[in-house]
Amino acid sequence: MSSDNTTDGGSTDALTKTREARMGAGLDDRFNSKLREAFGASPFILTKFDKFMNWVRGSSMFMLQFGIACCSIEMIHTYAIKHDLDRFHAGVPRASPRQADVIIVPGTIVSKFAPRMKRVYDQMPEPKFVVGMGSCTISGGPFQEGYNVVKGAEEVIPVDIHVPGCPPRPEALIYGVAKLQERIANGESSPVTVKPYELEQFGDMERDEVVDQLADQIDEDTLAMRYNWADSP
Amino acid sequence: MSLEPVRDDTLDADGNVDPQAILDLLGDRVLDIEEHMNADIAVVVRPDTVEETLLALRDEAGFDHCSLVTAQEYEDRYESIYHLKQYDDPTNEVSVVVPATKDDPVSQSGNAAYRTCDWHEREAYDLVGIEYENHPDMRRILMPETWQGHPLSMDYDQDRPQVVTLGQHDNPLKDDIRDEENDTMFINIGPHHPATHGVLHVKTVLDGETVANVESDIGYLHRCEEQVCQNGTYRHQIMPYPDRWDYVSAGLLNEWAYARAAEDLADIEVPEYAQVIRTMGAELCRVAAHMLALGTFALDVYGDFTAIFQYAFRDREVVQNILEELTGQRMMFNYFRLGGVAWDLPEPREDFFELTRDFLDGLPGKLEEYHDLITSNEIFQLRCVDTGILEPEVAKSYGATGPVARASGVDYDLRRDDPYGYYDELDWDVVTEDGKDNYARVLTRMQEVEESAKIIKQCVDLLEEWPEEERTIQSNVPRTLKPENDTETYRAVEAAKGELGIYMRADGTDKPARFKIRSPCFSNLQTLPEMAQGEYIPDLIASLGSLDIVLGEVDR
Repeated sequence: MSSDNTTDGGSTDALTKTREARMGAGLDDRFNSKLREAFGASPFILTKFDKFMNWVRGSSMFMLQFGIACCSIEMIHTYAIKHDLDRFHAGVPRASPRQADVIIVPGTIVSKFAPRMKRVYDQMPEPKFVVGMGSCTISGGPFQEGYNVVKGAEEVIPVDIHVPGCPPRPEALIYGVAKLQERIANGESSPVTVKPYELEQFGDMERDEVVDQLADQIDEDTLAMRYNWADSP
Repeated sequence: MSLEPVRDDTLDADGNVDPQAILDLLGDRVLDIEEHMNADIAVVVRPDTVEETLLALRDEAGFDHCSLVTAQEYEDRYESIYHLKQYDDPTNEVSVVVPATKDDPVSQSGNAAYRTCDWHEREAYDLVGIEYENHPDMRRILMPETWQGHPLSMDYDQDRPQVVTLGQHDNPLKDDIRDEENDTMFINIGPHHPATHGVLHVKTVLDGETVANVESDIGYLHRCEEQVCQNGTYRHQIMPYPDRWDYVSAGLLNEWAYARAAEDLADIEVPEYAQVIRTMGAELCRVAAHMLALGTFALDVYGDFTAIFQYAFRDREVVQNILEELTGQRMMFNYFRLGGVAWDLPEPREDFFELTRDFLDGLPGKLEEYHDLITSNEIFQLRCVDTGILEPEVAKSYGATGPVARASGVDYDLRRDDPYGYYDELDWDVVTEDGKDNYARVLTRMQEVEESAKIIKQCVDLLEEWPEEERTIQSNVPRTLKPENDTETYRAVEAAKGELGIYMRADGTDKPARFKIRSPCFSNLQTLPEMAQGEYIPDLIASLGSLDIVLGEVDR
């Protein structure tokens, strides 16, 4: 965009003159919009479609209404009055993952919840982005040593932006979302991460002691997630 | 207050428990007597006499409140402790200690006496591994069904791999229905759902629009709080965690629960000035927590995201600003210390007082606005009046406390009945309602905000007048605390949701050997089927909202 052509002090005389010289004076008034003047002499914007789409994606984000733990309270505060995330093109939360393209993971993920979170993530349409909110989604946070705590959201789903804090202040979350928008607008894709915990059919799991033990309890077609606590960070 | 006559036979002239009378009542069922710092007497009974012991204590001695069931493993035995109290006077406490053998840890269920034992014993089975005979539903509650081992037992290997399933749920009533017309539908509400206030999973069976069966499935936020606290030292490492139990800015109330129990265990005095600061901070937290309850409830029952919800959050922001001034944090305060608080009020003090007074001055007007928007709104009344009825006797049997119990007319508030802090010096009232429905629970919370404002105002006045040389914020506490081996205590405070208690057993080291959290939400949530079964599904959502649960505290 050539918006830097506007002259100082709000005067657009020079532009108007150039345009009149090109298009002839006395044309219809509706062409003389502020926007036109801002664009400069040419009435067209030239950009790559990809770039345009990236800009659109970053400027109109549909967040998933997804609360887990303490961070979700600060997340609600970020959506609510005073901080109002809506101002930053990251609109009203959507209750259904099928309508959302950004998921904020706000809290500790425990063994029972990780498969469910994976399912919710899988239900979101591509392209989708993930903001990990709080220390728990980075490493398990203060509960890292717990027997039931998944050591970070990245064990289950890929994460684009990590916002540290316990919990992060609303300002920090807004900054994280703004950073995500910047990345999307620049066309940067989410980092490729190794996700050790996959949701798979129980029958497909590698046979080992634990799987053998549970074989008579769990149906072959049932989806399941296997946690290797010993290898966790 | 209960209408039953005072039981003279087990109480002495001052209304306190007479230990000898308890022993006489239980006769030769008592194997031994232990010492619990909180309880008037702790009796040891055989695992196969639990039911009759609890029934005798409930019916003959008036112990109608089973506050908590603690399970723990010793080197040589398992042990379940039933912490019994009286709703009329919670300072009357009896502990029933039930040992079970190491190779066959089976104990009789207390379910026949107190229905709250259902979930508590399931938790004990899940985490420690004691099995309860005659229990109606002996399954895991917090951990996934397929989990191997009991995490808080001594031989548990934390590095062992685990498999967790994501299965389809069958309709539990499918087999019961035989005719074509009476078809039931199974519906999962949660664990990712806007109306569940977190990661709660409600398995609901609908018959048309009526709720035929409802069962809460919890454990989606079980963050091993008890294990983490057992691995922390008393002095500093435990205090940050209570903030994360009931995380809706109710942190100081939770910290007080730990502070009270630990100060009791290690015999620490708290200076009066610090008690006033604590009282003020705790009540500010209560206001913030009740505001959230109000806002989300309005969101639940008529989807009001734009007005009431935002208003409630506006007011929470104000409270959080005051708390941030005081503690340096918006939510996770970590402000209490054993023996006092971390630091004095912020300087300049006048600014802090002004900030707090401005909030208090504006509060009556705001509450009036809420009443206009909520309680006097016809739609709201249609949704809430006479729905989700919780009878006081049922509430007591499930160990319900806090606004949920008080809205059913159970006059139980630990701030008055088992005084701590500075509450007994101040002028305020316990709010009770006898509506027993969703409406009464909302009304109770709104009136409690007013009472909290009264308390905060008196505290501010006191703090302003406090002579400068007497502002001791902490007493002298040793750097390392090592309470005596085998001292046990259970202490509770009135948190935003009800009785929040901590059981701690010391083993002579600087870390607790057993740390057990009695969460009010855990007991309150148990009453959901009583309120919702047979009602319409929108009433189920309203009932769930009016219980005001926080999953961080339910699951711990």
